[in-house]
Amino acid sequence: MRPRPKWPTQSRPVPRRGERDRVSDTLSQDGTASLLPEAELEDDVLVRVDNLVKHFPVKAGGLIGRTVGHVQAVDGVSLTIRRGQTLGLVGETGCGKSTLARCIAGLIPVTSGTVTFERRDITNLSRRAMRPFRREIQMIFQDPYGSLNPRRRVGAIIGDPFAIHNTATGAERKRQVQELMERVGLNPEHYNRFPAEFSGGQRQRIGVARALALRPKLIICDEPVSALDVSIQAQVLNLLSDLQDDFGLSYLFIAHDLEVVRHVSDAVIVMYLGKIAEAGPKGPVYEMPRHPYTAALLSAAVAADPKLAAARQRIILTGDVPSPINPPSGCRFHPRCPKAAGPCSQQEPPLESKPGDPATHLTACHFPVEAGQDLALADRREWP
Amino acid sequence: MSVTELEFQASVVEAAPEQAIEGRSQWQLTWRRLRHDKMAVASIVVILIITVLALLAPVFAAVLHHGEYQAFTGAGLSSAGIPVGPGTHGFPLGTDYVGRDLLVRILYGARISLFVGISTTLMATVAGVGMGLVAGYFGGHVDTVLARFADVVLAFPILVLALALAAIYGPSLLIVLGVITFFSWAGIFRIVRGQTLSIKEKEYIEAARSLGAGPWRIMFIDIFPNLLGPVLVLATLYIPTAVVFEATLSFLGIGIPAPTPSWGVILSEAQNYYLESWWYVVFPALALLITTLAFNLLGDGIRDAMDPRTERLFAARGNRRQRRTRKTRPAGPDALPPLTVSELGE
Repeated sequence: MRPRPKWPTQSRPVPRRGERDRVSDTLSQDGTASLLPEAELEDDVLVRVDNLVKHFPVKAGGLIGRTVGHVQAVDGVSLTIRRGQTLGLVGETGCGKSTLARCIAGLIPVTSGTVTFERRDITNLSRRAMRPFRREIQMIFQDPYGSLNPRRRVGAIIGDPFAIHNTATGAERKRQVQELMERVGLNPEHYNRFPAEFSGGQRQRIGVARALALRPKLIICDEPVSALDVSIQAQVLNLLSDLQDDFGLSYLFIAHDLEVVRHVSDAVIVMYLGKIAEAGPKGPVYEMPRHPYTAALLSAAVAADPKLAAARQRIILTGDVPSPINPPSGCRFHPRCPKAAGPCSQQEPPLESKPGDPATHLTACHFPVEAGQDLALADRREWP
Repeated sequence: MSVTELEFQASVVEAAPEQAIEGRSQWQLTWRRLRHDKMAVASIVVILIITVLALLAPVFAAVLHHGEYQAFTGAGLSSAGIPVGPGTHGFPLGTDYVGRDLLVRILYGARISLFVGISTTLMATVAGVGMGLVAGYFGGHVDTVLARFADVVLAFPILVLALALAAIYGPSLLIVLGVITFFSWAGIFRIVRGQTLSIKEKEYIEAARSLGAGPWRIMFIDIFPNLLGPVLVLATLYIPTAVVFEATLSFLGIGIPAPTPSWGVILSEAQNYYLESWWYVVFPALALLITTLAFNLLGDGIRDAMDPRTERLFAARGNRRQRRTRKTRPAGPDALPPLTVSELGE
């Protein structure tokens, strides 16, 4: 029997989540934990990414293929993922979230910078050298239809990790696969079915079971719920948080849905055009966003409380996301920023803790948003 | 949709009886559709008959007491030295120009044709699939070299090479096999390479890589099963091409050397006698025609059966027939297909 699904509601959050918030808040207030490398508790850090850069060459057509430019997908990103915690990564499409995830998972080579896993450098390892780390770092993919091979049975798909790493064979593998299926809420008797015979949510559970098979320490979730119905999203998110408790997993949780990230994350990073705009513990970032981009994103998100939504002013960003091949000078957000001024187009703002913020709350902005400031009025366009 | 509704739905799914645990594979579905295609079933039957006849060729020879190379200059030829017609002197399909039994020779020819057709297709498929997977998956220089090589092969004048080889080494079965294989793999290579290029961008390939799967495992465990369909169709259609190719080479005298009974050889010999002895050209030509037609129709049938839309076509045809027979019954809401468990979702 599959476990009865939990139904979270806005008014009655899952208590476990609340506890974790308090823990992270106290940690940040007394400054023992921080996103800054020097203030970190080393043992607590599972993954550290240092100044990661990933540029994709843009080639002119023809047989030789002269490189004419670079897509600066990720441009100097540093972050840390702690044991047993969830780091949320938000940003709009094309800001480099997925590229960053693939660099950390070692699926694509990085241009420069380092990725360390439990203090061991895993940057640009060969496939063979990366093999032991594959067991520790797993991925859950966005598309529940594209991420499962349509020609293979579910048992074979979930059994793949065992086959590749030679950890279980024959009846033992089948037993373990069925155990995993049961754990993620699938009927283990559906072992011999094909992915096409499952719904989107069930397929994503298959993906979760596959990621879980090798008992990894880190699971990178690349928009794991954005292709699902809202009701199914909640089920999968609950499953992920249950698994986190049971197995002590750490998550890098990528999404473009701010509310989903708020629900699952302990700390949040907001990316814009390959750079970190704002980073910090969940509470401060959501309650007191300092970067105008974060403020704009939050103002556009659907509020659970209609009264709150009515009281809130929406910040309308003008223009489109600039091309990552030729990003704007200075602050990459300045052409769309309602607060942009002189230095914004000249000087790149450093990612630093702003006055009045906890040490872990970092913002890359020359003119951070102040409390009570109404950005909507600073907008260059009239809201009809 | 409210939470209670969803919960209700979830409990409905839970309560559904557990049945059909074994999922239907693509092959089971294909076979089910193929079974309903009369033309394809007929082709399978014809191919099986031809295969059995070819295997039984020595039995026919023994029963008729006519060896494949045995020339009956007395009974097998008329007084003017012309082949005798079907049914005369115990030759069911008549004789050839030296008085050999035409039926026995055609049956032995079927062995050669089927052997050449199937073995060259197998070799070409293995080569084409292997190289196509490597070229498509690895890309880069490997791909450039292999793809250009395939282009060269496809642009090569086939008969000129066959003639040159036959002139140097003399005609032989080995050269026939080599030439046909060499000119067949490139077509399969192209299809496989193209499919591999598109499949390797799929997320499940990335998932396999993130699990630590190596390139060979990804190529053969993850990509290959997705290629089997088109490759099978293509291979089935290559068999008749190879059969005709062999006959052509033998007809031109650069294939199977003369006394060996191959359909091409028999047709080539018949050139001088077809005015007097129609059976000499009609029966081997019919054998060739029926064989190639059966394989071609089977290939078409498999292609249709692989296409998931075909089932609906057949179903529609079945419904129409039903409606014709039971005209009085209106198509009510009960005509809707029942909702399956998987459609309900979680």
